[in-house]
Amino acid sequence: MDTNIILLLLLIPLLGSLATLFFGKKLGNASGVIATLAVFISFVVSVISFFQVQSTGTPIQVDLFNWIALENFNISFGFLLDQLSILWLLFVTGIGTLIHLYSTSYMKGDENYAKFFSYLNLFIFFMIVLVTGSNLLMMFIGWEGVGLCSYLLIGFWHKNQSYNDAAKKAFIMNRIGDLGFLIGVFILAFLFQTLDYMTIKEALMQGTNHQINMWLGWATLALFIGAAGKSAQIPLYTWLPDAMAGPTPVSALIHAATMVTAGIFMITRLNFVFDLTPWVQDIIAVVGALTALFAATIGLVQNDIKKVLAYSTVSQLGLMFMALGFGAYEIAVFHVITHAFFKACLFLGSGSIIHAMGGEQDMRKMGGLRKFMSVTYITFLLATLAISGIPPLAGFFSKDEILMVAFHENKILWFLAAIASVMTAFYMFRLLYLTFFKDFRGTQEQKNHLHESPSAMTIPLIVLAILSVIGGAISLPGASWLNNYLQPIIVNNAASNPHILGTSEYILMALAILGALIGIGLAYSKYIKKNTVPPIDSEISGFHKVLYNKYYVDEIYMKLIVKPIYALGTFFRDYVELVLSEIVFGLGKIADTLSLQGKKAQNGNIGLYLFAFVFGICFLLYYLFIAR
Amino acid sequence: MVNVLEIIGIDSYIYLSVILFCIGVFGILYRRNAIIMFMCIEIMLNSANMLLVAFSTYHQDASGQVFVFFTMAVAAAEVAVGLAILVAIFRNIGSIDIDNLKNLKG
Repeated sequence: MDTNIILLLLLIPLLGSLATLFFGKKLGNASGVIATLAVFISFVVSVISFFQVQSTGTPIQVDLFNWIALENFNISFGFLLDQLSILWLLFVTGIGTLIHLYSTSYMKGDENYAKFFSYLNLFIFFMIVLVTGSNLLMMFIGWEGVGLCSYLLIGFWHKNQSYNDAAKKAFIMNRIGDLGFLIGVFILAFLFQTLDYMTIKEALMQGTNHQINMWLGWATLALFIGAAGKSAQIPLYTWLPDAMAGPTPVSALIHAATMVTAGIFMITRLNFVFDLTPWVQDIIAVVGALTALFAATIGLVQNDIKKVLAYSTVSQLGLMFMALGFGAYEIAVFHVITHAFFKACLFLGSGSIIHAMGGEQDMRKMGGLRKFMSVTYITFLLATLAISGIPPLAGFFSKDEILMVAFHENKILWFLAAIASVMTAFYMFRLLYLTFFKDFRGTQEQKNHLHESPSAMTIPLIVLAILSVIGGAISLPGASWLNNYLQPIIVNNAASNPHILGTSEYILMALAILGALIGIGLAYSKYIKKNTVPPIDSEISGFHKVLYNKYYVDEIYMKLIVKPIYALGTFFRDYVELVLSEIVFGLGKIADTLSLQGKKAQNGNIGLYLFAFVFGICFLLYYLFIAR
Repeated sequence: MVNVLEIIGIDSYIYLSVILFCIGVFGILYRRNAIIMFMCIEIMLNSANMLLVAFSTYHQDASGQVFVFFTMAVAAAEVAVGLAILVAIFRNIGSIDIDNLKNLKG
């Protein structure tokens, strides 16, 4: 039974992927339906396993076979369905189903329609491997697999060279993080002779010595670098905004809701390790808070609708990492889930807008869309309210809990995060006002084309909007279902030392709401009252220009890292390769000269051959019987 | 049964086969006619055969004689193939002088 659950969960998306890949041309539009169904079946299986684990209280563990067997080091090809991985499975496959459904309409008419669904299904497969693997190496398979699918889907419209560059950038940036992940895995393997989560946990429960503690710090730091690569944290975040080159459903599924939360999943999975290394946790918290603020400031001035959402994603991921740094794992998980709801809704909404605008993504050319796209508008508004932190929507509870933890742990980081939240409210409402309010600023041709999207696109929007509204219910302050649910996973959990809802907490809540309202008010006065439209690129000046150009981080990386590496490559090609090739060719020339001489002996004179043969025999006989 | 080795000693057989073998070797080295070279090879083979038979009798062990039969069979096969090759060569270049066979040089 357990094995069947795992196999169904894994193989159905894989089969869907293969079927749409090999028979896509024949299947035509049916490939979208098949892919959607495959993910939906996975979702159903996830729900079944959720109830099974809930009723029995024990995780489902299946070892398919012994993968790597050395003398005292075994890695099994095993899967573990416990509370944490099932939680991830539920929202990965659930939101995955909705986004697949959305894509059947969004990608209609694309020449590579079937291939798109094949990649999406493959992504779901690898994501399931990532979250259900029972050891770090299994997670690494999924980790690399989702990276591959991300690369394939960012560069999906590969005829545009800049999209290909964005795909390569994402892949290479992730590679840097993956190296960190691998180093962390190696250190853990060295320390514990195993990579199985449960075994490591038990080993750590029995206590550690000084040497292990020292190494653990490096392991967690390396793992955090891996997480920073995958989840777009400073300094490895620059790939995520560029990843918006992919089709919008991809941005929603991979680069907002699921894949980029893999880093948070990994750290939560290994919470018992991270808890032992406080100095790494401090680094995580600081990096998270800085990322949240940094990305939010860039998001303030972007004009590309998807770029705003991308920087918003980076900023929200920063908040989650800050929570992880404070050891508040369940709160980070809570924000992952609510963020998945509202950010997927926002991305799909923006996809609906782009669809209606005929591919236009510049907000300066939008406006007034409220009249044309009522469903998109309402769902977008709800998701925007949720991300801005207006009660009682989902985003309010999760963000507020993060801020509350930050307030107790570190006032400076709390302040940074609070500023980031105000900015979030501002830029999200800036986006909302610029796209949906006032008059339409595009061409007449575009105006005639404006329409509400078909129901395959609006149904996922509605479902996600509802989830964004009610999603906060899974972890209400004071009576959190989620905290109890995650209790077996998180060693140092909040349920064992609950927050008391005192006066300071209520003041903080009020402050958070006030901050959100200030952000919204600023956006309202600027874009509705004064009717400002962001200036065209050439008129941007001053600090605004620095922000608009993303602090020139890409340019700095180009100068500091990419250019020197190119220079090094050129140097090696021009000089070192010359020397090496001379050596190699020189060896070849020596062999060539020798063989030319040797060739002369083979002159075709059979008499000479026979003479050499007899002479040789005589010599051998002499040597064997007489000389010795 | 009379033991032949009592009439003519084993050393005489050894000398004879050495002489035959040397004739074969020098024939191979000096002659250029492929058929004569073949005959020289046969002489060498048979000198070895004779030695085998002689020692087989000397040790009262039949396996040496059995081995000679195998050698003969292999030699027969070799001659059949070799002569066929020679016929083919003769048809091609009109000669079986090995000095004319230089097409295989590197």
